[in-house]
Amino acid sequence: MNRQELLEMAQNELDRQKKFRCRLLVCASTPCISSGALVVEDALKKAVEAEGLQTEIETVGTGCLGPCSRGPLVTVQFEGKPDVIYEGVTSEVAQQIVAKHLKGASVPGLDANVIAADWPFFAKQKKLVLAESGTLNPEKIESYIARGGYTAIGQALREMTAEEVCSTMVKSGLRGRGGAGFPTGLKWDMVRKAPGERKYVVANGDEGDPGAYMDRTLMESDPHRVLEGMAIAGFAVGADQGFIYVRGEYPLAAKRLEKAIRQAERKGLLGSRILDSNFNFRIDIRMGAGAFVCGEETALMQSIMGRRGQPVPRPPYPANRGLWGGPTLINNVETFGNITCIILKGPEYYASFGTEKTKGAKIFALAGKVSNTGLIEVPIGITLREIVFDIGGGIPDGRPFKAAQTGGPSGGCIPAEYLDTPIDYETLQKLGSIMGSGGLIVMDDRSCMPDVAKFFMEFCMDESCGKCGPCRGGTVQMHRILVKITNGSATMEDLTKLEELCLMVKETSLCGLGNTCPNPIYSTLRYFREEYESHITDHHCPAGVCQFTEKPLRIAVAG
Amino acid sequence: MAEASPKKDADDGRDPRYKGIDRVLKRLQFKQDALIEVLTTAQEAFGYLPEEVMIYVARQLKLPFSWVYGVATFYHFFSLKQQGKHNAIVCLGTACYVGRSSDIVEAVSKEYGLEPGQTTPDGELTLTTTRCLGCCGLAPVVVFENLVLGKESPETTVEKVKYVLAGGSLGTAFQPEEAQEETATA
Repeated sequence: MNRQELLEMAQNELDRQKKFRCRLLVCASTPCISSGALVVEDALKKAVEAEGLQTEIETVGTGCLGPCSRGPLVTVQFEGKPDVIYEGVTSEVAQQIVAKHLKGASVPGLDANVIAADWPFFAKQKKLVLAESGTLNPEKIESYIARGGYTAIGQALREMTAEEVCSTMVKSGLRGRGGAGFPTGLKWDMVRKAPGERKYVVANGDEGDPGAYMDRTLMESDPHRVLEGMAIAGFAVGADQGFIYVRGEYPLAAKRLEKAIRQAERKGLLGSRILDSNFNFRIDIRMGAGAFVCGEETALMQSIMGRRGQPVPRPPYPANRGLWGGPTLINNVETFGNITCIILKGPEYYASFGTEKTKGAKIFALAGKVSNTGLIEVPIGITLREIVFDIGGGIPDGRPFKAAQTGGPSGGCIPAEYLDTPIDYETLQKLGSIMGSGGLIVMDDRSCMPDVAKFFMEFCMDESCGKCGPCRGGTVQMHRILVKITNGSATMEDLTKLEELCLMVKETSLCGLGNTCPNPIYSTLRYFREEYESHITDHHCPAGVCQFTEKPLRIAVAG
Repeated sequence: MAEASPKKDADDGRDPRYKGIDRVLKRLQFKQDALIEVLTTAQEAFGYLPEEVMIYVARQLKLPFSWVYGVATFYHFFSLKQQGKHNAIVCLGTACYVGRSSDIVEAVSKEYGLEPGQTTPDGELTLTTTRCLGCCGLAPVVVFENLVLGKESPETTVEKVKYVLAGGSLGTAFQPEEAQEETATA
């Protein structure tokens, strides 16, 4: 296929879509499916068929719209009219939707399910990566092509050199979305310049942070965007083989990616001679088998090569020696999702969002004690207050905001006094947290901070791969002290010991897991020290979570 | 579902489930890098990884058995023990944790005398915990009978487990409210 044929195909699909008077879009991502989206899709199809309208109305399963707690969601698209989105749709509501919109019947109770067009959840977002996610059918390549899909790779192949692609990325100011925020353009340039016969591109979709599901949604909702981004990266660094590492817990994402790869290969948009150029790029899927540490880049490469996913010391960095000794580019799935937007709309457009040091938008998974949970994409530099209270709709039951946890087990808690800080990599780091991959969990006054720290430490203890001593032993000891604090048997010396351990593990561990696992303790100690102290000295849990069943050893022995 | 131990096939004296492994081995050209995929297939076929299967895979890929064993024990997905017929997986991700999913684990373990990771003596139920299924909007989440159940509570989960163990089915098209009524009337 060449570029002309690609454009024709896009036009054909657009014409086909225009034939329908109305399109019913059902969100078919994992959260909506678990609340019954497939039943709703079926009900809609049946209702449309019962009316004999299937030639005029198309029912499509799409990617994620965002407000996952309101699902299943149905969007009614009429040519020339604003979209109407329904929340909490059941089979009955689906029938009512068909009756109201397609037959003009009046259904009085239905308006309660309509999401208002100016709902702040949508209004405050800026969707760059997820722009098409709620409107296209992830299982059909035509749907993606109709939205200008695969024109970015065409443009890169025909009009740009590899160097120019890299410098475009540098200009856009895009930084790695996996958490550390390394400038993407620089990384690409490093791999491009690295000597080596075979180079590789790896998309890291091993999203292990509990409370984060941005990558899964992107892979499920818009798989071709990720694949196209990877292919452009392959062109820029001179690689002909890509791997996309999908977390084992995400079977739907793997299925859709596999389908997408097959479709793209059949159309000549991946594989050999992409778009009739001399560029070849194959993408293979690798499934993870449940190990958090595999999100670390060197461990991930070990896992791709079929070994135990244990990190190896850096340097050499993957950019010089990665998979099978070849230079390897590893980026997060979300980073690859940004590429097409930068190529098509230009780096200047992309750089017009965000702060001085960090450009673009970031996807966050908003969860926890907040009214509207779900997936949001916001311009970097937005304040936490806007996310929690405008987009998230505040804390349910009128309870006070206590802290927001970002960055999963490697991140920290941000207390209420910093609600107005603009969010980017640097400011979060200053507050003792990290941007991380984008999990954002809101906690109210019923969350106990030592207990939260214990939760994350238990996670790190389980997930520590055991290769280096500080992390293997340190996490166990830190967890033990946190257990003591939350059951009442700790003394103030334990708190000092905990802080010493934190520093030791942070400074001496081999990989990112150990280096960052004390962060939850550090940040909760920094902002909620009095809570730790009241646990230890007064045996009182301000949040009412901990049960003090034990006593400090010295007191227990003394009787 | 897998039998308790690999059964011999009358035709060639070999468990027919090895055929699936052979197919994957051939497709991946006996590459040693493909170990994780081969083990995943084996686990799907057998329900767990019996020692003789791991030895077989090691021979076919010309890898030391210790290497295969090392990989199989490293990843959480692989199990060296027979799993129960039904598997209740409780999510312990952050959002679920804040939503008190640990109470669900406690309720199920108390009801059936199980610790997470254990199977009931009759091989009916396994209780497992997992770290985040990415359905945080529906927290707390339980996966049971391959269905993702959102907004669970200790009572509803125990009810559903009881219902399924008594021979009931949660159905393929599952909606939380309906099933709760179903289990309540069952």
